[in-house]
Amino acid sequence: MFGTSEMEINLGPQHPSTHGVLRVKLSLDGERILDAKPIIGYLHRGCEKLGESRAFPQAIVYTDRMDYVAAVNENIVYVEAVERLLGVEVPPRAQYMRVILSEFQRIASHLVWLATHALDLGAMSVFLYCFREREQILDLFEGYCGARLTTNAVRIGGMYEDFPEGWVEEARRFLEILPARLDEYHKLLTKNRIWLERTREVGVIAGDVALDYGVTGPCLRASGVAYDSRKAIPYAAYREFEFDIPLGTRGDTYDRYLVRMEEMRQSRRIILQALDRLPDGEIRGKTPRRIRPPKGEVYHVNEGPRGELGVYLVSDGTDNAYRCRFRSPCFVNLQALPELCRGHLVADVVAVIGTLDIVLGCIDR
Amino acid sequence: MDETKPESPAPESAPKPVPPRKGEADEAALRAPVPSRSLDRLRQALPEAVQEVVFHCGVPIVRVDPERIVEVGHFLKEDAQCRMTLLSDLCGLDLSRLGRPEPRFDVVYQLFSPDQGERLMLKAAVAEGAEIQSVSGVWRTANWHEREAFDMFGIRFAGHPDLRRILMPEEYDAHPLRKDFPLEGRERDHGNWRRPDDERRNVRVR
Repeated sequence: MFGTSEMEINLGPQHPSTHGVLRVKLSLDGERILDAKPIIGYLHRGCEKLGESRAFPQAIVYTDRMDYVAAVNENIVYVEAVERLLGVEVPPRAQYMRVILSEFQRIASHLVWLATHALDLGAMSVFLYCFREREQILDLFEGYCGARLTTNAVRIGGMYEDFPEGWVEEARRFLEILPARLDEYHKLLTKNRIWLERTREVGVIAGDVALDYGVTGPCLRASGVAYDSRKAIPYAAYREFEFDIPLGTRGDTYDRYLVRMEEMRQSRRIILQALDRLPDGEIRGKTPRRIRPPKGEVYHVNEGPRGELGVYLVSDGTDNAYRCRFRSPCFVNLQALPELCRGHLVADVVAVIGTLDIVLGCIDR
Repeated sequence: MDETKPESPAPESAPKPVPPRKGEADEAALRAPVPSRSLDRLRQALPEAVQEVVFHCGVPIVRVDPERIVEVGHFLKEDAQCRMTLLSDLCGLDLSRLGRPEPRFDVVYQLFSPDQGERLMLKAAVAEGAEIQSVSGVWRTANWHEREAFDMFGIRFAGHPDLRRILMPEEYDAHPLRKDFPLEGRERDHGNWRRPDDERRNVRVR
């Protein structure tokens, strides 16, 4: 008498667990997901067009506003791309400072991911703990450059200012308490039965499929592919540090959780080495007064907290970039969402969106 | 990056090695060729598909025959010595103000081989209104990137499974990253929002 038919529903764009203005069109058979179509563009501000209309140093502030959870990494990748076009050498102290700031930003970004991901799956306390630690990192940023989120902390050819007095000690103090805090999170989640049920075998993706989709960052490494551009094509001073790349085996949401948790420890390890060996000297390289790279083009890549951050710049020999393209890791990773959701329950979409760690500002640019 | 120059590896007058002034870019160093195994393999296997090779910032930039882009893609991805399994980025480029009026667009492919750590940039030319073969059958990640290039530049990709706008609203009728699109949008896009003194503001629109 009664047949079943496919039902289409919208998740978002105004939904707290889509982490911004993401809309997902779900085709359902009962509770099962047959297909999921992400619809994006609600936050499109034309950062690429703006990057073409402003001089190179002026465009740095737009990079903050793309991935506002990890602004330092966006600053650095853009500035390094301009430096490569110019052929400018960055002094070692500035390179170390960049490493320190970007690893702090990675920890802060992973803390936001863990907080919101756990909150989406019903663990309120983790959210509060993570934001407590993130606050300390934001205080460090504020102490360095005066801003907490949109840092604009990097300049072409180096850094804009040296670390203020007492900053390094404060950073060390934070790193001392971090391992204990990470243990706390592990205690709350890693063997928690609800957490395991919600994340294990959810959103499984094989390594080669992930690579085919262009997925990078922790999402790729949780599927067992050891690609991290800090190791593969070392930039800044990453060649000089010892750190491991955590890898997953099953490529599910739980593995992505473990990989990111371990990445925070590795970032701490990098910062400690960098603080120990922080060289003295200049923080600004010799750049021309007027930033006017010769005709040419470059595609530069950094390892952001979400994956490969890329900037493609074409210079026509004037003050502005002729083409300024931002390769956003979130944009690319989100494309794999249908693959990750298919066959799961509606509630798992929330887990999968959380585990992809998307930032809509970065997706829509 | 001489877009107009035909295939001629040696420039007419050999440039005299002028040492760069303090704080200025050393252009010769930026353009120095680098060894690239995948480029050698590509030249060996599909010599007529490679139209021009230049180097910039240590990466080979290969202009390929747009008719054979899918073939080149399959080769670079599957060849045991290239293994360009990651299409890092794909984007459009409007060359109308860069001294090459025709064909107007380039599609730029950024390839990376995680096994070898090698990068390669491919370029293929497309005229306005013409089509280029989609590489979404080679790398699935190309799907959204090609939709974005279509959205922003109006480049059409033949054989694409779902060529729709991705960032702009579906009913939008322009391609905003084209060089002739004004930075502040068109009058009819924001209608009454323009203030009377906007004309006086010195906004440089390229």
